Amino acid sequence: MNNGADYRQDFDILKSGEYVYFDNAATSQRPRQVLEAVSDFYRTANANPLRGLYDWSMAATEAYENARKKTAAFIGALSAEEIIFTRNTTESINLVAYSYGLNNVEEGDEIVITVMEHHSNMLPWQMVAKKKGASLIYLEPAEDGTITKEEYVSKITKKTKIVAIGHVSNVFGVTNPVKEITAYAHEMGAVVVVDGAQSTPHMAVDVRKLGCDFFAFSGHKMLSPMGIGALYGRRELLENMEPFLTGGEMIEYVTRTEATYAELPHKFEAGTVNAGDAVGLSAAIDYITNVGFDEIIRREEHLTTLLMEGMNKLPYIKIFGSEDPKKHCGIVTFIMDGVHPHDMASVLNDDNICIRAGHHCAQPLMQFIGAGSTARASVYFYNTEREVEIFLDRLSKVREVMGYGA
Amino acid sequence: MELKQLYREIVNEHNLHPVHKKKIENPDLVLRGVNPSCGDDITLSLKLENGIITDGGYEGSGCAISQASVDMMVDQIVGKNKEEAIRLAGTFMGMIKGEITDEECLEELDEAAALQDVAHMPARVKCAVLGWHTMQEMLEHPEKAGEIRQQN
Repeated sequence: MNNGADYRQDFDILKSGEYVYFDNAATSQRPRQVLEAVSDFYRTANANPLRGLYDWSMAATEAYENARKKTAAFIGALSAEEIIFTRNTTESINLVAYSYGLNNVEEGDEIVITVMEHHSNMLPWQMVAKKKGASLIYLEPAEDGTITKEEYVSKITKKTKIVAIGHVSNVFGVTNPVKEITAYAHEMGAVVVVDGAQSTPHMAVDVRKLGCDFFAFSGHKMLSPMGIGALYGRRELLENMEPFLTGGEMIEYVTRTEATYAELPHKFEAGTVNAGDAVGLSAAIDYITNVGFDEIIRREEHLTTLLMEGMNKLPYIKIFGSEDPKKHCGIVTFIMDGVHPHDMASVLNDDNICIRAGHHCAQPLMQFIGAGSTARASVYFYNTEREVEIFLDRLSKVREVMGYGA
Repeated sequence: MELKQLYREIVNEHNLHPVHKKKIENPDLVLRGVNPSCGDDITLSLKLENGIITDGGYEGSGCAISQASVDMMVDQIVGKNKEEAIRLAGTFMGMIKGEITDEECLEELDEAAALQDVAHMPARVKCAVLGWHTMQEMLEHPEKAGEIRQQN
């Protein structure tokens, strides 16, 4: 494999090579092509989209709607109307929880999620369960992070109204059997919501092949600006849902007491939209498509293999999840004997190495695996073998810094 | 001070070989302090006689900075009266927030002043102040830490 220099030329923040950025599961970096697309939008086509009758506004509308079409194609949606732009995965899931969950879940019903969900795919369902008097049921993973068929078949029942599941865990990096779970949940009559925040940057997603009813993801983990995300929803579900937010740009007629709402997708996009960052997301999709998921996966698997092989040589490191680097989606979560993850991250920061430490917005999972907090190194396609070498070298020196001898 | 140097010269000693990480006999005040975001969790015990802190100890777990900071703090406050201890907590927290930089003022904190550079690490501020915050809370609001006193 080449050393990744080709890609790094596009990322000003990475070019100098002074920092090793291994916190890609939290947010990716953005290439110049994305930043320029956003800047070009504001410099050449800036007007309030969707309403104007003049050239600039029409250009802004076109740019925004083209971004929607590209996003739909990127995840295999049947039509652009099934794509709602949001701020991020969290907002997308909240939209489903408030507009679908609160209106379709009744007392005594069950909502099934997994214990490895990010808080963004957990708290909205806690809210719905509490408000409606429903039960929240947790699927628990095996030691290697996988959800077995036995587990989901025993917990998804005719009482289940919603199954909400992360496509890829942000802690284990494991890819959940979303397609199989969805098929079973549909047999039981439940609707399936997929949190795609950690999968969309790393693998080709096809929502129709997955069969899910809703799919949420963020732009910022896949080279886009922060503040733009999307929700895919099956048309017939979206059409029957109440708006999440109300106000401008989402109406047909308004009287003093009543309003009728706009068609999809605008019904769910109240207020002036984030067209600039939608254009950024569109440029990010172009960039990712040019690199290609085969190449992205090949590079990530190679780097993750080097990372895990090197870490396995350090007897005081414990890695969570599968032993197979190909089942980590670039995410390696670990602990170091005797060293708190926050101290580890601070010491590595002295060496210009960026990793995450803490509970990764998944406190119930931390409780489940019996760790107060963990450290996480996560790579993306633009990382290099050299960076992995630097990381492993500095990591092997942390315990000495923390007073455990050489 | 570079962070690694801070660990090597000050923090590690208190973290790996703490002097005050122990139960004390018949404490008058006991209070738990927790940083939920990072899992630092300490229970601080103090013994007071005529308003003077005569003994102190802590138990718990957490990052090296949180543990070392509370160990150094107990060093500083044993022998001081309640008001002095509260005042020192104010100085320490002012230092960590970067509001107090006067060296003479910081001298009072003795070894604990070594944590001054944590002011430049916003994510670690909570770790450094956990012990001091807990101590201030139990002295200013003994009702929150008073159950033990009644039991004894």
